[in-house]
Amino acid sequence: MATIFGIPLMALFGQLLIGLINGSFYALLSLGLAVIFGMLNIINFAHGALYMLGAVTAYLLLNYAGIGYWPALIIAPIVIGVLGMVIERLLLQWLYKLDHLYGLLLTFGLALILEGVARNYLGTAGLPYSLPDSLRGGHNLGFMYLPNYRAWVIAVSLVVCFGTWFAIERTRLGANLRAATENPTLVRALGINVPRMITLTYGFGVALAAFAGVMAAPIYNVSPNMGSELIIVVFAVVVIGGMGSILGAIFSGFGLGVVEGLTKVFYPEASSTVIFVVMAVVLLVRPGGLFGRRA
Amino acid sequence: MQRGTDPPAGRALTLGTRSQTIAFVVLVIALAVAPFFTYPLFLMEFMCFALFALAFNLLIGYVGLLSFGHALYFGWASYLSAYAAKSWGLSPELSILVGTATAAVLGAIAGSLAIRRQGIYFAMITLALAQMMYFVALRVKFTGGEDGIQTVPRGHLFGVVNLSNDMAMYFLVLVIFLGGFLLIHRIIHSPFGEVLKAIRENELRTISLGYKVDRYKLMAFVLSATLAGLAGATKALVVQIASLTDVYWPMSGEVVLMTLVGGLGTVFGPIVGSFVILSMQYKLAWMGQWVLVIQGVIFVACVLLFRRGLVGELAHWLRIRL
Repeated sequence: MATIFGIPLMALFGQLLIGLINGSFYALLSLGLAVIFGMLNIINFAHGALYMLGAVTAYLLLNYAGIGYWPALIIAPIVIGVLGMVIERLLLQWLYKLDHLYGLLLTFGLALILEGVARNYLGTAGLPYSLPDSLRGGHNLGFMYLPNYRAWVIAVSLVVCFGTWFAIERTRLGANLRAATENPTLVRALGINVPRMITLTYGFGVALAAFAGVMAAPIYNVSPNMGSELIIVVFAVVVIGGMGSILGAIFSGFGLGVVEGLTKVFYPEASSTVIFVVMAVVLLVRPGGLFGRRA
Repeated sequence: MQRGTDPPAGRALTLGTRSQTIAFVVLVIALAVAPFFTYPLFLMEFMCFALFALAFNLLIGYVGLLSFGHALYFGWASYLSAYAAKSWGLSPELSILVGTATAAVLGAIAGSLAIRRQGIYFAMITLALAQMMYFVALRVKFTGGEDGIQTVPRGHLFGVVNLSNDMAMYFLVLVIFLGGFLLIHRIIHSPFGEVLKAIRENELRTISLGYKVDRYKLMAFVLSATLAGLAGATKALVVQIASLTDVYWPMSGEVVLMTLVGGLGTVFGPIVGSFVILSMQYKLAWMGQWVLVIQGVIFVACVLLFRRGLVGELAHWLRIRL
């Protein structure tokens, strides 16, 4: 079998694929964090918990209502998005005039609540979520075996990420959004309902997280703590990429996923820490982040 | 951020106000007699957490830096102190010193990285670095992985006092706690502390006045990490175990919660806050995972309704400083 640096090519491509999968989730979550931070000036610590709720919603739909993967991919983000909008109206809207740190503290509390409730009803062990029939199986590409579901996850996250980028950078709605990020008072004076825009932005960011959660359900088990572990890594991704740019969030998400995958091949012991090490190096070399303006 | 008002200019450098002196005397008396009425083990654990929260408050309350990774210093100091006592057979005072020094070194490294960014990024960086060191603790051999380091011997203080006696241990912890408290009090009322508060209020202006802000921030960070380490190192001997719980992110969240409940930037808030949260955990242990939910609700309630915290609200109501 072909090898490179003493590593079988199969294993290399396999880990690269897993890296891209993880990278898809990093990208989707850090994208949501960046969009929310832009409008609300809040770092949404509850993002991981809402990602977990997306997966849990898909699990509940399948096991209690018999609703499968495809409808869940639409229903779960809507349900969680609406939940997010309720959270924004009830809790977050009171924080906009305060120090950023209060937003982090409140959403951390929210994350504890959501995770605690999920643990009470689902236990701490992971629950399996079976693949939809249409995405079972895979293709042998000659140099590696590509499971259909994994290819689907990577393709869909790329589409969603770049769709979001396009919507924000290239459409009229996105232009309003960017303007409101720069100067909300002026944009309000022009007759645009900024508070509603903020609510919708939070709902959208959270829906992205839930969408990622549904896609993650068949790959990882559905478990209450799946979000909190992930969100800390995503924070490191955000520090590396900087939150100033949408494309930056996407590239650093996928890029770091790949870096993590490669580390698993060459030095497995460091795979869980490599992203944090990259973060430390970036802070030393380019303190403002790779794509961000100095914050 | 919401903080207590500052003292009148003339007394800025004295050791606090009269209300604080009275509160301190009450605290000392209460802690001196308490072990005769209730469980010393609970009180010792409380004092360790109170010192941990006081150390954390030094950063958030007086420099305005939110570290979301203080479990790193608390937990690693606890590991090193336990390891020194058990595997190297060091005496308790040296074990605590080893743990505390570890926290100081880790604080210097993590702090010099984290102060390169401001505000919300600072919080995320400290959290990420702490998570990294959690994975390291999970991997390396000497921490004992999932089992932790168990049955840590308390040993003999200076080779004389047998600390396996709970009362002897209690008064050692009391001395460490009060020493830490007075040190922090001294720091925040020193000229150095005044510069820290200036950074909190207006960093750019402090820079323009010629202060090397980064050095002050790093110094404050190292001091905070060291004192958090002192708390962790002591706790390892008190409960005779060092485990992953102490380096994991919920522990970082817990110390934030304790300080928030008591009152950010108040002198006594972290003590009251850690007492409230720790008692709650003991009393509500039977509720299992619901404790997590309750803590979350307290977080949300504090941020939305009582940003001054218990002590801050009391001080505001009585118009005194605490």
